[in-house]
Amino acid sequence: MVVETLGSTTRPKVAPWNDPVIRGWAFQIVIVGLVGLLAWFLVSNTMENLARQKIASGYDYLSREAGFEIGDSMIPYSPANTYARAILVGMLNTLKVAVLGIILSTILGTLIGIGRLSPNWLLAKICEWYVEAFRNVPLLLWLFLFYKLISEAFPGPRQAINVLGTLFLSNRGLYFPVPVDDPIHPWMGLGLLIGIAAAFAVKRWARRRQDATGEPFPTIWAGTALVIGVPFVVWLLGGAPHQMSWPELKGFNFQGGTVIQPEFTALLFGLVVYTSAFVAEIVRSGILALHKGQSEAAMALGLSRGQAMRLVLLPQALRVIVPPMTSQYLNITKNSSLAIAIGYPDLVAAVNVTINQTGQAIENVLIIMAAYLTVSLSISAFMNWYNKRIALRER
Amino acid sequence: MADVLSANERQQLPPPASETGALGWLRKNLFSSWGNGITTVVLLVAIFWLLTSFLDWAVVNAVWTAPTGQSCRGHGACWALIHEKYRFIFFGTFPYNEQWRPLLAVIVMLTMLVTSADRRMWNARLVWIWAVGSFLTFLLMLGQIHIPLALILFVALAVGGVGMLLRGSVAAPAELNGWRTLAAIGAIGILLRLAGVLPPWSLAIAPFTYVETGLWGGLPVTLILATYGLLFGFPYGVLLALGRRSNLPLIRGLCVGFIELIRGVPLISLLIMASVMLPLFLPSGMSIDKFLRALVAIILFSGAYIAEIIRGGLQSLPKGQFEAADAMGLNYFQKTMLVILPQALRVVIPPLINTFIGFFKDTSLVLIIGIFDFLNAANQALVDPNWAGFPSEVYLFAAFVYFCFCFSMSRYSKYLEIELNKGTRR
Repeated sequence: MVVETLGSTTRPKVAPWNDPVIRGWAFQIVIVGLVGLLAWFLVSNTMENLARQKIASGYDYLSREAGFEIGDSMIPYSPANTYARAILVGMLNTLKVAVLGIILSTILGTLIGIGRLSPNWLLAKICEWYVEAFRNVPLLLWLFLFYKLISEAFPGPRQAINVLGTLFLSNRGLYFPVPVDDPIHPWMGLGLLIGIAAAFAVKRWARRRQDATGEPFPTIWAGTALVIGVPFVVWLLGGAPHQMSWPELKGFNFQGGTVIQPEFTALLFGLVVYTSAFVAEIVRSGILALHKGQSEAAMALGLSRGQAMRLVLLPQALRVIVPPMTSQYLNITKNSSLAIAIGYPDLVAAVNVTINQTGQAIENVLIIMAAYLTVSLSISAFMNWYNKRIALRER
Repeated sequence: MADVLSANERQQLPPPASETGALGWLRKNLFSSWGNGITTVVLLVAIFWLLTSFLDWAVVNAVWTAPTGQSCRGHGACWALIHEKYRFIFFGTFPYNEQWRPLLAVIVMLTMLVTSADRRMWNARLVWIWAVGSFLTFLLMLGQIHIPLALILFVALAVGGVGMLLRGSVAAPAELNGWRTLAAIGAIGILLRLAGVLPPWSLAIAPFTYVETGLWGGLPVTLILATYGLLFGFPYGVLLALGRRSNLPLIRGLCVGFIELIRGVPLISLLIMASVMLPLFLPSGMSIDKFLRALVAIILFSGAYIAEIIRGGLQSLPKGQFEAADAMGLNYFQKTMLVILPQALRVVIPPLINTFIGFFKDTSLVLIIGIFDFLNAANQALVDPNWAGFPSEVYLFAAFVYFCFCFSMSRYSKYLEIELNKGTRR
């Protein structure tokens, strides 16, 4: 099997059954043949079973009426919509939880990871116990606990906790007012994108100017002003529409405003506290992997602790941190499927209802797998790109 | 005496009191600067407030025994619920009078795991311990085991074959003949059985009443799924990892495709697949137990993850090891079994234990397909209307049990990492 070591030298003549190349191919053909045989066995059984149980196959059901409610949707959805739209709603919910979870657990995890290295013994110990407590217990248990706490510890809608007359906190979730839909909103979104792009342009320019002249520029403030300012100006130009939709108690529940549901809160909170424990360990080991001289040199240059962390230690630690962090991001995305256990309508939950209603298990399981593989591969592609970007450029 | 000491010695004063002892420690670790001091004070106040309110709830105002949940209302934690339900949480719906069996099974499994943790036991004896222990575990859980003759013959063939392969190049002729005889007995027996010469006889070991897997629940289920998921996933993961590192393109493609497919999807989707699709895969008339279906999904899942860990071990070996084995004239099998795997596996033991911790937690997902693992049993204990409204107590108790298991395993893995690296550390 050691084929390439022979290189380009002429190979000694051997009997065909002793030739490593031929043996290699024979072995491969046998294995692939066996796998193929197994696949054929399973597929033919499945076909037979489907025919016997009179289960339809194919994806026609996707255009039929779904007929089930979905509690939380980012796009307009009603039970009269198709299965395809129901599954899309689930997919968007999965993405929403995954993106928010990734952002929040990165922030919290980084803070705790740095906290574990604090010179303050008490803070370091608290962070250590946070990590141990949350990562040694199944995520599902945390989800159940948080969900039950939210739905049982908070009062019903009639006795909702009222914060400043605008927020209503009850076991139905957190209701808060939102602006009434206005044609200017999409343009404000565009303004936000332009603001972000402009902030990046300013950052590049400031970097170049500092490299050339040594003059620093308050990039963070300028960037924040751009990101907030551009949509604000668009809003002013659009006549500053300020009509709000207020949540009001009608009957047994609130009407108007918008709501963060308890299922969503419990899922996001559980994912974030659980994953941040792992993120903290990754960040800590990334920082510990640095040579002590790095932080000492930064101190010797007169940088503050914060500056040393931001300018010297973190950029180097990132190289150690990014690869394991990628797998944590993938874990968040995959773990968001636990939503089904506490009744949040994510992709798996939506598809599971579809399976129960249509009986078409195979097509639906394939949809789940394709969706998660797409998301997983996109995240790893992005993180690999980022990893290459921050990698040490050796000359 | 004082003037005997030289001037130099007389000046050796002890360090200032503020730098040593408890006071010094406090100064250095808690009050090294103003910012630090403020942080410490704020944290102390927060901890004090949290701890007192928690202790108020969990100890001072707690109810330890009560006939029903009603008498817990208005008090602190209702530990009476745990007192009432602990057997259900630990053993689920296993017949109440037979619950000493899962208890014994858990003890047997824990003994096996703890024994395996001792490095002095890492030899052939361990195989026997696991064979006997596993048999006892399943006998206790099932109550009755019927082993068909064909299975015994198949095991004889498999054990003999594996023995021939593994020990072929190192064993003495007498030992090798033993393996060969075993394999031959198995092979001939299977042929005779297929030809109908041997009767469809089966060995029945039935000391207890039979308890079907649908009634299993609680801690033994969690332990069995995690342990045997990893145990069966391990050889499978080794094969996948070797396949991924192989020179043969088709084999490599198959293994990479399988590993990435499994690692790219959540365990829940595999469990759903196992519960709804596996029955369709089998020939009509054949059915497969729900518990076994979950175990199959976990084995597939663990195989892919173990493969990636073992690949890390394989990659950590210097190329010289492979080349030296080739130069010695060893064939692929000998090279892998005698040179590569012994070194690669040693490196991956600590990460494998971390994977086991992960599986121990992840088995809780089987509740989605309706299996009563430890977490699901805890969940079901909440359903009782007499005891409704005390989820925190049950979940905190379950969390505590999970924590004890996972925390001790992670400490063991840390210890082992240091212990195994002693040779390379200077």
